[in-house]
Amino acid sequence: MPIRGKAGSRPMAKKDTGQIKKEEAIEVEGTVVEPLPNAMFRVELETGHKVLAHISGKMRMHFIRILPGDKVIVELSPYDLNRGRIIYRYK
Amino acid sequence: MRSLRGSRGHSKGESVGLPLHSPIEYKAPWEVERIGRASRIVAEALLALRDESQPGVKTLELDRFAEVFLRERGARPAFKGYRGYPFTLCTSVNEQVVHGLPAERLLQEGDIVSLDLGAIVDGYYGDAAITVPVGEISPEARRLLQVTQEALHRGIAQAVPGRRLTDISHAIQSHVESHGFSVVRVFVGHGIGRALHEEPQIPNFGPPDRGPVLRPGMVLAIEPMVNAGTPEVAILEDQWTAVSQDRSLSAHFEHTVAITEEGPEVLTRADSGEGW
Repeated sequence: MPIRGKAGSRPMAKKDTGQIKKEEAIEVEGTVVEPLPNAMFRVELETGHKVLAHISGKMRMHFIRILPGDKVIVELSPYDLNRGRIIYRYK
Repeated sequence: MRSLRGSRGHSKGESVGLPLHSPIEYKAPWEVERIGRASRIVAEALLALRDESQPGVKTLELDRFAEVFLRERGARPAFKGYRGYPFTLCTSVNEQVVHGLPAERLLQEGDIVSLDLGAIVDGYYGDAAITVPVGEISPEARRLLQVTQEALHRGIAQAVPGRRLTDISHAIQSHVESHGFSVVRVFVGHGIGRALHEEPQIPNFGPPDRGPVLRPGMVLAIEPMVNAGTPEVAILEDQWTAVSQDRSLSAHFEHTVAITEEGPEVLTRADSGEGW
């Protein structure tokens, strides 16, 4: 069974590989309240919930720093709504 | 941290499909032996399926046959469940290039059908494909099958330690195009072993002498897909079936090949030595 080649003429590759739509994640905005060890953060969501969030690999690769007070978009795991992944930091 | 360094290294590097995370896995002899066991079962199944592919047979019946064949021999279907693929076998008829879904469709005299099958034995994968004629086929179709099969062997002949990956690609492309056919570009061959798809990707086109140097211990699934007309493909609404965009005939042959000190060893062969 062949695989889709990345050398092929499809424009797909770049954006999709990072975050494949496996299960639908829920995206919400929030504000960082506290940095924690291991590049984790406590993020307060618009709804008032506080969740534990880590930084997405793509942001890590591009050395995007997160500080308390930053507005961010968090992707929540459908399995555990208290955990999420920071996928965007507003400038 | 390893992945971080790796990704930065590769982003500037070769263009032949090296990913950010998984490097090529070289197999120990005992691993090649296991891949060989899975591959032999695949080969024997395909040879049996070739005989089953007669006018009036449903492609779904071929799928059933393949699954029973594998399970009776202690192997598991490798495709079933892979990215949600619901069958054991891929049956791609005429203009279908690859990933054709077995269905109620009856094979007809003059069809060509590509049978693509993978098996798992003790955690190791074997993968192969043949395109078979159903009854009498047109001379053009026969030529397409022959050229595709020859291209596979030209590619395998390049799978020698010291050569580079795209020597395989180039050999396949030159053979196919010298006969006026075209190679499909969006699908490629792949490394195989502990997973169905491993690095490296093996395009069936491109300039020679690029990509990783071939070394003993690499196990590759080499699989030219050849269209009689345009190389472009379209995906049907079922999200799997790939057809040639101009609906011209398409053929597909594949072997799982281990690279050894002595050269390429085709693992997808029947015990009797019979193959394609």
